[in-house]
Amino acid sequence: MTLDEVRELTGAVVLAGGDLLERQVDKGCGADLLSDVLAVTEEGFLLVTGMVTPQAVRVAEVMNACAVLFVRGKRPAPQVVEYAKGAGIPLLATQKGMFEACGILYGRGLRPTEFRHLSDYAG
Amino acid sequence: MPAEGYILLRRVFPVPADAIDQAGQVSTEVRRLLRGLGVEPEVVRRAGIVCFEGEMNIALYTKGGRIVLVVRPDRVELLFSDRGPGIADIDLVKQPGYSTAPDWARELGFGAGMGIPNMEENSDALVIRSRVGEGTVIRATILRRSDAAD
Repeated sequence: MTLDEVRELTGAVVLAGGDLLERQVDKGCGADLLSDVLAVTEEGFLLVTGMVTPQAVRVAEVMNACAVLFVRGKRPAPQVVEYAKGAGIPLLATQKGMFEACGILYGRGLRPTEFRHLSDYAG
Repeated sequence: MPAEGYILLRRVFPVPADAIDQAGQVSTEVRRLLRGLGVEPEVVRRAGIVCFEGEMNIALYTKGGRIVLVVRPDRVELLFSDRGPGIADIDLVKQPGYSTAPDWARELGFGAGMGIPNMEENSDALVIRSRVGEGTVIRATILRRSDAAD
């Protein structure tokens, strides 16, 4: 689906990257613990998160994520939005909670990302 | 694994303590520099993750420190050093899920206990040296061979 479809399905507003909504996305990751996001082993996914810190956007950047969807009506600070604009990372914000937002997107075909399972770690 | 070849780039980045809002900047800059040198995208991705986790560890848990980036033809090295408090049991911090993060850090999305494991998984070699009360030094090596991934 496109980011614009993500926006429509979740009733989200666009905070950054309004010109990038034609981007295609077919996988998603829902997490608030940023190291869990960093354990994802692929790129180009939609990050669905309740974390609105600068690091949420930086993690999206480090992971080459397609975009970030903030849940439960949370909005990052203006400087975080500005940073995302500069980094070319679209930001969307929905009033829906994490479970509902992920459920809607999964139901419409967004698939989970691959990630390292605990048993994969050598330690 | 002995390093081969000359140094293409060496950069030092200070990481202050108690500057959580800025944490992550070094990782962004390291990725930008590596891309500019034409480093392979998979190596940039892995170095970005290693650097981010290491940077967060310094910013969240220590009295400040620094990150040194060294790029060679065959590898990228990231050296993290800090001024303490040091790690008492290194085997323990390598265990996925183990975390000493205080509540305030967990509220910011940290403390999953995956920091060191993620660094290990995205490095070809990760060496940790620590002395309680003095500090920790971590050397992460990411090989640039295209068959070196995982």
